[in-house]
Amino acid sequence: MTIHTAILNTDSLPFCKGCGHDLIAKNTAKALEKMGYDPLDVIVVTDIGCHGIIDKCLNTHTVHGLHGRSAALGAGIAFGVDNPNKKVIVFIGDGGSTIGLQHIMEAARLNLPMTVVVHNNFLYGMTGGQTSGLTPQGFNTTTSYEGNPYAGYDICALSHTAGATLTSRIIGIGDYSDKLAVAFGTKGFSLIEVMEICPSYGVKLNPKRKLKEIVEEAGREIGEWINKRNAFENQQGRKTNNLFAKVPDIKKVFNSYLKHPMSIILSGSAGEGVQLAATLLSEASIRSGLSVTQKGSYPVTVGVGFSTAELNLSPEEILFHGIDVPDVVVITSADGLAHNKARIKNMKSGKLFIDSSLTVPETGAEIIAHDFRSIGARDASIYGVFYFALKSGIISTESLFKTIEEKGLTDKLPMEKIKVKLAEA
Amino acid sequence: MQETTKGAHTLVDASRLIIEGLARAGADSFIGYPITPANLLYAYSSQRMPLMLPAPDEITTIQWMTGLAATGKVPVTATSFPGFALMVESINMAYMMELPMVIILVQRLGPATGTATCGAQGDLLLLKGMISGGHPIPVLCTSNFEDSWELSEKAVKMSVELRTPVVLLTSKEEVMTHKSFQLDKLNDIIPVEKKYFSCKDKNNCIYKSYGGDGLVPDFLPVTQNDCQVRINASTHDKMGILQHSNDESMANTRRLEDKNLHCLDNYTFYDYDEQKGADNLIISFGITAAAAKNAVNKLRHDGIKTSLLIPKTLLPVPKQYLEIIEKYSRVVMAEENINNQFGDILFGMNKPEKLRFVGNLGKMITPQQIIQEVK
Repeated sequence: MTIHTAILNTDSLPFCKGCGHDLIAKNTAKALEKMGYDPLDVIVVTDIGCHGIIDKCLNTHTVHGLHGRSAALGAGIAFGVDNPNKKVIVFIGDGGSTIGLQHIMEAARLNLPMTVVVHNNFLYGMTGGQTSGLTPQGFNTTTSYEGNPYAGYDICALSHTAGATLTSRIIGIGDYSDKLAVAFGTKGFSLIEVMEICPSYGVKLNPKRKLKEIVEEAGREIGEWINKRNAFENQQGRKTNNLFAKVPDIKKVFNSYLKHPMSIILSGSAGEGVQLAATLLSEASIRSGLSVTQKGSYPVTVGVGFSTAELNLSPEEILFHGIDVPDVVVITSADGLAHNKARIKNMKSGKLFIDSSLTVPETGAEIIAHDFRSIGARDASIYGVFYFALKSGIISTESLFKTIEEKGLTDKLPMEKIKVKLAEA
Repeated sequence: MQETTKGAHTLVDASRLIIEGLARAGADSFIGYPITPANLLYAYSSQRMPLMLPAPDEITTIQWMTGLAATGKVPVTATSFPGFALMVESINMAYMMELPMVIILVQRLGPATGTATCGAQGDLLLLKGMISGGHPIPVLCTSNFEDSWELSEKAVKMSVELRTPVVLLTSKEEVMTHKSFQLDKLNDIIPVEKKYFSCKDKNNCIYKSYGGDGLVPDFLPVTQNDCQVRINASTHDKMGILQHSNDESMANTRRLEDKNLHCLDNYTFYDYDEQKGADNLIISFGITAAAAKNAVNKLRHDGIKTSLLIPKTLLPVPKQYLEIIEKYSRVVMAEENINNQFGDILFGMNKPEKLRFVGNLGKMITPQQIIQEVK
């Protein structure tokens, strides 16, 4: 059902005499009325700038946001509306369209169902007539009395390049409601740049200059640019309705001989299984009735350099999980040693498991050198936790084998080699 | 609450608990922009939230969230200080528009980009003053895994029920650490009930942005066509129309201040472990609360009577905290910064002599540090 209610609630709009914004509002209303829109199927999003004072004159829903952000705010509404019968229209000024340029580009790239109407009057009107990013070269403003020395953005070229279905530029004189109706009727993103001169600053500072000539001299073509693209579709991919669904339950089936909390550092090189080794040790410990905390540490370039894991194991609940001086350190490469030298030095007791190829650093810990890397660099850290389990006795190597089996990693890890090496150790 | 073997443990991180908790409480969308250490929250949201969208920057993030909230969604994002700083103006917008959202702020070491992978508790003073005019924005702070679940639920409910953005404050060491945990210990979460404005006369419906019963106006989305909705980030009157500073619009701005303060009792969350006869009180929150618990256990074991207060509603500050502090002759506050930010909020420049501060920069506060200050 179409309800014929006027889009505007008054003929007396609040703009300065001769302001092109007045015509934009009236042409917008005329276009929507011609298209048969119920005002409450239209959401007009405005922001800070002279264009934004139109809100109170509209019978549509109105949302009035921050300077230059109306395109993003409108995009958020477009994501949420999800109804092709609704129309999201964004009003923005030339100033707002540069502070919020990314928002316009993003909405165009995604080809969101919305129309952005750029009120380009060549300057910041509300704040006193300053030069904007869309001010044409040579145009006088209150901050460039001798003419803007720099060329302005071509907002239409940007919108078109970013992927808008429809981009158009018009001279904001007379009845251009049909042009607006084309933009409003576009399924994807449309942007229409309406060229105007601010009567309060632009006309006064640029006497005798005609709007059309200014637009022509600036090289801003009047026209329409189209990208044949599908409008935005909400594509979310596969979702879960329970993030715990794939988190495995770990049942206690082994025993641990740990009587007091123990802090452990595993460290080696990126790509050498340190984090996986830590997870295996954690889960095997839970399987053995212990409480566990585990966290990783590595450089931002995750594929190179050190990789460290910090674990706490305890027969009781663990509250504080920080590790100042560790009880046990397992080092399987030079990267790992370099990253932990200071901590190892601070150890007054405890155990340092270290690959036998490395120079033993200064420490008060008991040194246990072993050839972890002989199993192959990729599995050195995983073998390291098996060796640690064997020598410390706090959990059984069986609990580690069971963990590997439960995680479905039996074929991916050198189980037999580990068994042989453990038998030799 | 979980479809899990009773008593069985899992190895999980708090990021997972937070996102699942938010989703079950009724959060339905997530806008993401990557930043360490909040990336696990983003990853889980992409799997869990019915709507997940990647934003090109953090300003867009909050703008999109606000637009979604205007249509009736309950959006969430997760960030850290550098991203949060960019969001501040837009969060002010959502605050003025009275639209619900949850912003998870994962603290890391500053200033500026500081150290992305190092925990900290340095953003509380920013949160205290982030709304222009000094109006209070609710801040809930998690101090353990149970909180990551329960306060996520509370954050959604507070956000929807009070129509306000809510900050869920946490830190790197909380959301990036895995722990053995029994999921069946978690409470069931009941989704938030969204109360919409009901239009009595559809032919002559007038919806006011405020001015009905109570301090919190009923919500009406811009997706319906019974009644015109005006949403405004500028100073506005009851009809949502921009005004300079007339009595009506100033009354609205005052209401925004009052709203979150008057309703605070319903959203005051803290743990107070009182030991009879104790002269010592330890106050700690967030990541440092675990160290404080360890410290209290040790002190009590050694015969030193000590009580523990773990505030979870950090802002607005519930009156109960000062009432509790009043009872003790020695108060030790522990937080991972070097300027006792919560102490500043509670006492300003007039900190009582009985107050001692334990802080750290770039590393977690240890139980031993706290014990030393109590002794």
